Amino acid sequence: MNIYGIRAIYHFEMARTFRTLWESIVAPVLTTSLYFIVFGKAIGSRMGDIDNVSYGAFIIPGLVMLNLLNESISNASFGIYMPKWAGTIYELLSAPVSWFEVLIGYVGAAATKSVMLGLLILGTARIFVPYEIAHPVWMVAFLLLTAVTFSLFGFIIGLWADSFQKLQVVPMLIVTPLTFLGGAFYSIDMLPPLWQKITLFNPVVYLISGFRWSFYGIADVDVAVSIGMTFGFLMTCLTFVWWVFKTGYKIRH
Amino acid sequence: MKTATAAMTANSSAPIISVCGVNKTYAGGFQVLKKIDLDIKRGEIFALLGPNGAGKTTLISLICGIVKATSGTIIADGHDIMQDYRAARATIGLVPQELHTDAFESVWATVKFSRGLFGKAPDAAYLEKVLRDLSLWDKRNAKIMTLSGGMKRRVLIAKALAHEPTILFLDEPSAGVDVELRHDMWRMVRTLRAQGTTIILTTHYIEEAEDMADRIGVISKGELIVVEDKAVLMRKLGKKQLTLTLRRPMTGIPAGLSAWPLVLSDDGHVLVYSFDAQEEETGIAELLRTLAEHGIEFKDLRSRESSLEDIFVSLVHRPKGTQE
Repeated sequence: MNIYGIRAIYHFEMARTFRTLWESIVAPVLTTSLYFIVFGKAIGSRMGDIDNVSYGAFIIPGLVMLNLLNESISNASFGIYMPKWAGTIYELLSAPVSWFEVLIGYVGAAATKSVMLGLLILGTARIFVPYEIAHPVWMVAFLLLTAVTFSLFGFIIGLWADSFQKLQVVPMLIVTPLTFLGGAFYSIDMLPPLWQKITLFNPVVYLISGFRWSFYGIADVDVAVSIGMTFGFLMTCLTFVWWVFKTGYKIRH
Repeated sequence: MKTATAAMTANSSAPIISVCGVNKTYAGGFQVLKKIDLDIKRGEIFALLGPNGAGKTTLISLICGIVKATSGTIIADGHDIMQDYRAARATIGLVPQELHTDAFESVWATVKFSRGLFGKAPDAAYLEKVLRDLSLWDKRNAKIMTLSGGMKRRVLIAKALAHEPTILFLDEPSAGVDVELRHDMWRMVRTLRAQGTTIILTTHYIEEAEDMADRIGVISKGELIVVEDKAVLMRKLGKKQLTLTLRRPMTGIPAGLSAWPLVLSDDGHVLVYSFDAQEEETGIAELLRTLAEHGIEFKDLRSRESSLEDIFVSLVHRPKGTQE
């Protein structure tokens, strides 16, 4: 295994994060703080508890997930799209690295960044809303699993995209709406019966439900189903990336 | 011990790159390379020449693993580039034609990245030497985007050398760079060759190939039409010309001289005699005697040998099937 190669890609990507600290870290934290001020404090103070959890605390897992998904996708998609756009991908293609090593480097860095951000948002939330974490190990496990899975998904988007506009299409038009409709700000029990069934087709429901369970022990769907769905998506993404590198789709003519 | 030495000798005489029956057809159906067979000798400077779109960069990209061959095999330093890609690629450094750089990175960060990517342990002293040799050390902390085109070209060379390759591809390295850098670069290429690095270069400056290369390959319309030792190529395909400036213009070549391969200039002042440089008898003495017999006087004469550029132009414009 080309450990130096993996390290080179990982450090290169992490250096980009720290070089663009303002955009990478500060901006999402600021945005999330605004969510807590508006929904947690201003509106949340006028809303009742959900399953004995204050509304401000209830939305924390959803907000972390919202950022985790968007950041994982954008970090990984941008990471692999940039060398394609700048032409420096020639070096990656001519280097003695396997597709799996490339993946570990890019996805590992993207996931690290989004986990850092997720933890930072959790820390920021503490300033506004008191909360407890019932299952901290599971919370970290969900955080890692989601970050890796969606970084992988972002990597695929970066491979597929051939313009900066396309990089934004999936996060803006698919992931953000699915997160908002996936129970980030409400429990799906609050929906009419028909919508409760329809919403089960939204994969983000399972992520938010599982993550919220790790905080408060309450879930919209069974935790095992949440874990299973996330693993299923992870395996689908892995298979697709393996196929991309095997066939050279859009990267090796 | 003797066997080991013999094996080493045999190994060192084996081609460092062997391209066998390689074809490349793009998805649209355009066949860019047609059954390429090419051996590159260990330690040589090989110049790959050809007009734009001939397939030079595609051939390099195939050997480096950037593009996949439709058929055929490529061996680099004893390793199949598909089956044993790690070992094969670790031996190769590539300086691409285009100035593809990580604009926001520093020079030091990008060469460090290249070394790691190719599986080499960090070696600050080696990278410092590479940067110093390329006059980049003072710019090590500069962002690449702030550098001139020539400096960026040096950065690409430094990146290609960062993992100590034994094979170096230079795809039109002198395109768009000033004279000083060109001289520096060729000096460095000679040093690398002296250290045992095999160098394959493409260039549109044929005089550079003539000056630098040990062997020449000419590729045209996806076919490798000639691969030859430079000196042999110039001897075999080179022509010499004797140019006579006449004292009095002629209206045509006299009948008595029709057997000679002579060309008269439009104004009738210059007579050009082409002869084979390989022939022992050039025929010059006899021609001069015959001219005197015909009362043709000249006030100046000079001879010149075909340059590699002349040979290159004649090769790529030759009708198909007339290659030697």
